[in-house]
Amino acid sequence: MEAQTASYKVKVGLAQMLKGGVIMDVVTPEQAKIAEDAGAVAVMALERVPADIRKQGGVARMSDPELILKIMDAVSIPVMAKVRIGHFVEAQILEAIGVDYIDESEVLTPADEEHHIDKHQFKVPFVCGARNLGEALRRIAEGAAMIRTKGEAGTGDVVEAVRHARAVLGEIRRLKTMADEELYTYAKEIGAPLDLVREVKELGRLPVVNFAAGGIATPADAALMMQLGMDGIFVGSGIFKSEDPPKRAAAIVKAVTHYNDPAVLAEISKGLGEPMRGLQAADLPEDARLAGRGW
Amino acid sequence: MPAPNLIPPEKVPAPHSDFTVGVLALQGSFWEHEVMLRRLGVAVREVRLPSDLDGLAGLIIPGGESTTIGKLAVEFGLLEPLRAFGREHAIWGTCAGAIFLSKDARRNQPLLELMDITVERNAFGRQVASFEVDIPVPALKVVAPDDDRPFRAVFIRAPLIERVTPPAEVLATLEDGRIVAAQQGHLLATAFHPELTDDTRFHRYFLHLAGWAP
Repeated sequence: MEAQTASYKVKVGLAQMLKGGVIMDVVTPEQAKIAEDAGAVAVMALERVPADIRKQGGVARMSDPELILKIMDAVSIPVMAKVRIGHFVEAQILEAIGVDYIDESEVLTPADEEHHIDKHQFKVPFVCGARNLGEALRRIAEGAAMIRTKGEAGTGDVVEAVRHARAVLGEIRRLKTMADEELYTYAKEIGAPLDLVREVKELGRLPVVNFAAGGIATPADAALMMQLGMDGIFVGSGIFKSEDPPKRAAAIVKAVTHYNDPAVLAEISKGLGEPMRGLQAADLPEDARLAGRGW
Repeated sequence: MPAPNLIPPEKVPAPHSDFTVGVLALQGSFWEHEVMLRRLGVAVREVRLPSDLDGLAGLIIPGGESTTIGKLAVEFGLLEPLRAFGREHAIWGTCAGAIFLSKDARRNQPLLELMDITVERNAFGRQVASFEVDIPVPALKVVAPDDDRPFRAVFIRAPLIERVTPPAEVLATLEDGRIVAAQQGHLLATAFHPELTDDTRFHRYFLHLAGWAP
C-alpha cells in the first residue's frame, strides 16, 4: 500500500475543500488571526495588498519568506502566497517553505512575458487568474489546479470580476450547445487544448474549482459572484482597507454561505462601517490595469 | 482529468424517493457528497439553517475548513439543533466533518462533541504532504459482501483520530496502526474523503446506518 503524494486529485482536492469559502489577503500574522477568527477558509500571505501595490508602484515581487512563515505559524488554516507570472524559482522557494497553494499572479510584476510556470513540475498546487475560457484552459493545461477571475485587483470595483466571470461562464454555456465537429475550430479560436474543451463541454463547467477575485468589497459583491456561478471568493484589499475589518470579514464569510438568501444578506450587510474607498476600474489608464498581464 | 465529482449536483437526475438525506452546506465539499448520494438514488437537501433539518433521515458534514464550518454553525444557531439531530439520526463527518463531530480537537473551536474521539488537526502536515492510499475497511462488507477491494482513501491536510474511547470504535487504520475512521452507533467519522472517489461503498455504509433499504 504505497501512499501517493502530490497527485492531481489531492491538488484539486484542496481547492474543492475551499469551495463556498472566502480567502483573504493578509500582510501580518495579526491580520491572519483576524481572518481565521472571522471564518476565512485560507489566507493569502503578502507584504502589500494590491491597493498599496497600485499606490506605491515599483516592481512587485514574491513576499519575504520570513513573513510568510510567521503567518503560517499564526493560523491553522491553509496559507497561500503569490509568485510573479513565469517566475518558477520564486515558486520553488514557496514550495520549499511549505505554503499550501501558490498564486501565479498578475498582481505582481510579470517575470516572463511569454511563458507561465510549468506547474506540473511542482508538488504544491497552483491557482491562476483568467479573463475568459481560453485563458482558464491554458492555465489548467500548464497544471493549475484552481482558477480565479482576474477582476481588477486593488480597486474595490467589482465590475471587472463580473466581466470575467460572465465571460468564462457564458462561453461554457455556449460550448455546451456546440456540435462535436465544431469543437476543433472553437479550441483553435480560443487558444485552448482540444481535450480540455471537450471535457468542459461534457462537464458543463471548468474541470477545476473556480473562484472570483479582483475588486470584491462588500457582502453583496461576494453574493453576486456566487449567484453568477462562482465556487468561492478571494478578497484582497477589500477587508483590511475598510473601516472595521473583523466585522466586514465575518459578514463576507456569511454572505458566501447564504448567497441565495436575500433576507440573510440584508441582515449581515447592516452597520459594517465604511468599505474601502476604491477606484473606478473604468478610470484606470491602460498601463495601470493588472488584468492584462498573463498570456 | 476533471476534479472528482465536481459537477453541479442537478446534473445527476433527481431520484424519486421519500428518503431524504441532508448535507451540511455551510462550506466545503457538499456538492461532491450530493453527487454521490444522488447517483445512489437518494434525495438530498442542503442544510444551512436549523429548519432545513426537518424530516431528514441522516446528515453528512462534508470536508472543508472546520474552523469556518464551526463558526458559521454557531452564528446561525445550528449547534444545538445538530446535537439533537445526532442523538436520534445518523451523521457522517468527513475530514473537517469528523473534527466537528469530535469531543476534543485539542484547540479552542466550536465542536458538536457527539463522538467520543479525540482528533488532531493537520496531523500529517501541510498540503505538500497530502496523499492518497489504499486501506482495508472490513466494515464495508456489510454493504458490499462480495467486494474485497481496499478503499482508496484521499487525505487532504487531514486530521488523525488520536484516541477512540468506548462506546466509539475504530473502523479503519493506516498500515502503521494510526486511526483514520471511527464509528459510534449511528455516528461515523472519516479523516479522509470518500466523496472524492467513485467508490460508493462508504456512502452506502452511511445510508445503511441511516436506515436506508434500497
